[in-house]
Amino acid sequence: MNGDLIFRAITTVFAFSILIILAIMLAEMTKESLPSIRKFGWRFVTNSEWDAVQGVFGALPYLYGSVVSSVLALLLATPLSIGAAVFITEICPKRVGALIAPLVELLAAIPSVIYGLWGVLVMAPWLQSTVQPFLIDHFGFLPFFQGAPYGVSMLAAVFILMIMVVPIITSITREVLLAVPLSQKEAAIALGATRWEMIMMAVLPYGRSGILGAAILGLGRAVGETMAVTMVIGNAPNISLSLLSPAYTMPSVIANEFAEATSKLHGSALMEVGLILLVVTLIINALARLLIWSVSKDAGGGAA
Amino acid sequence: MMHSVAIRRAKNHLMTVLMIAATAAVLIPLGLIFFHIVKMGLSSLSLDFFTQIPKPTGEAGGGMANGMMGSLVMIAMASFIGLPVGIFGAIYLAEFGGSRASTAIRFSADVLSGTPSIITGMVAYTLLVVPMKGFSALAGSVALAMIMIPIVLRTTEEQLKMVPGSLREASLALGVPLWRTSLKVTLRSALSGVLTGILLAVARVAGETAPLLFTALGNQFWGRKLTEPMAAIPLQIFNFAIAPYEDWHRLAWAGALVLVTVMFSLSLTARYFGRSNKTD
Repeated sequence: MNGDLIFRAITTVFAFSILIILAIMLAEMTKESLPSIRKFGWRFVTNSEWDAVQGVFGALPYLYGSVVSSVLALLLATPLSIGAAVFITEICPKRVGALIAPLVELLAAIPSVIYGLWGVLVMAPWLQSTVQPFLIDHFGFLPFFQGAPYGVSMLAAVFILMIMVVPIITSITREVLLAVPLSQKEAAIALGATRWEMIMMAVLPYGRSGILGAAILGLGRAVGETMAVTMVIGNAPNISLSLLSPAYTMPSVIANEFAEATSKLHGSALMEVGLILLVVTLIINALARLLIWSVSKDAGGGAA
Repeated sequence: MMHSVAIRRAKNHLMTVLMIAATAAVLIPLGLIFFHIVKMGLSSLSLDFFTQIPKPTGEAGGGMANGMMGSLVMIAMASFIGLPVGIFGAIYLAEFGGSRASTAIRFSADVLSGTPSIITGMVAYTLLVVPMKGFSALAGSVALAMIMIPIVLRTTEEQLKMVPGSLREASLALGVPLWRTSLKVTLRSALSGVLTGILLAVARVAGETAPLLFTALGNQFWGRKLTEPMAAIPLQIFNFAIAPYEDWHRLAWAGALVLVTVMFSLSLTARYFGRSNKTD
């Protein structure tokens, strides 16, 4: 009996360490941010001036860059991912699907620094020499495509984020679609629906909340993505409508400045950026998990 | 009526084509990335890569031997810290789970595995780098361990739950205490699945860069102590990719090829274990 008590105590401690880690994270980040929070208050998120020499820190350009890059990437990635997931599960021959699906999952595991390497050495030069001049020539009258083609830009960040979140959304959506009962689909077909109508009537509505969860999970990944974005976005704290101009995101400014923070206040301001990032991603992930959990019947569903 | 059927058919075909296009749009960039890694990586890879440390700027050649050693050391340390926590935590959830606290733990683990990895780097910085007054491999390992724990916890729990209850009951009925049953029967039966989870977690942290930026920091030379800055392959890929030197770019591509090869081998091995477990 004694052994069981000790065993239970040990496993309990280890299990609760997850909660402790989460609590320590929030507590440490908050504590370290306090000097900055006290000094700047709400101006921290409305001011766009970030000057380590003057000791003035406003995070608006980073917030703007994070929101724009991840939302645009998600808007491009979600329809593509749903299309690909539907194709894999409903349309293509089983054997082809069984080949593509693990491939997509494998691609979701490529480290972000490698996406960044490809982004900065292959994609950005290509954008600079081909895509951006084309956009400037043909759509230059729009405020989104003005300025010089630098290559590294908001556009590059949007593209690399899109490429990175697509495998995640696709593989989760695929799992959600696989859970659609066959009877639902057969019922639609029996009513004379075409395959597309069957997908619209029976498949997608059934998986709606799971797909939404997958998209939100993709958003969480995009918001927190550090290395790849830092390598291609140009790292300039601009707030510009133009997708061609370099920009900056919250994780990127942390990655670039934290190790070399010049003063206590500078470090604290970066901590506050990190705290905002942590809270935002916690909310996004909690939301996504609740949606995905509500689809899969128990609290299972893998850790990925 | 005939007309509308024709329209519906046409729509069906159009959407099918669009979905094929979406799948192509998903696979083409990923295929391109893979193509470039293999092409550039193979042409840059040499024996020096595995035996030399990076050369100063301007000198051709050099390798990432110090980064490979650093990555291995820090992954081993992170596993040493993270695996017991993840596995024993999972045993708690599988054996004593079901309470509200267990749901909270599962939920926190899932949420934690979605937080940006750069945050774990910042936390490890305040907890270890500041008190120890310097960047260190130890801090990097702790940051990586924090990423491993929720992954190992969740995959291990899944595997433990798949062990048939009759097996445990048989052991308990023979008078074997719960703790022995748990370790010698449940955990051992689920071993190959647990191994899968561990390999996936190792593969995941092997490619992590952001948590090491302000913990292990990176090192141009061999790191000799755990309390000193240490090189790692992902950090070297990052630093060399954004540097303006052709030679360093080549090293970065070679590093990427090695890293991807290692990670894919780990994933495939994990899949193999996972599959053999399911057919048992």
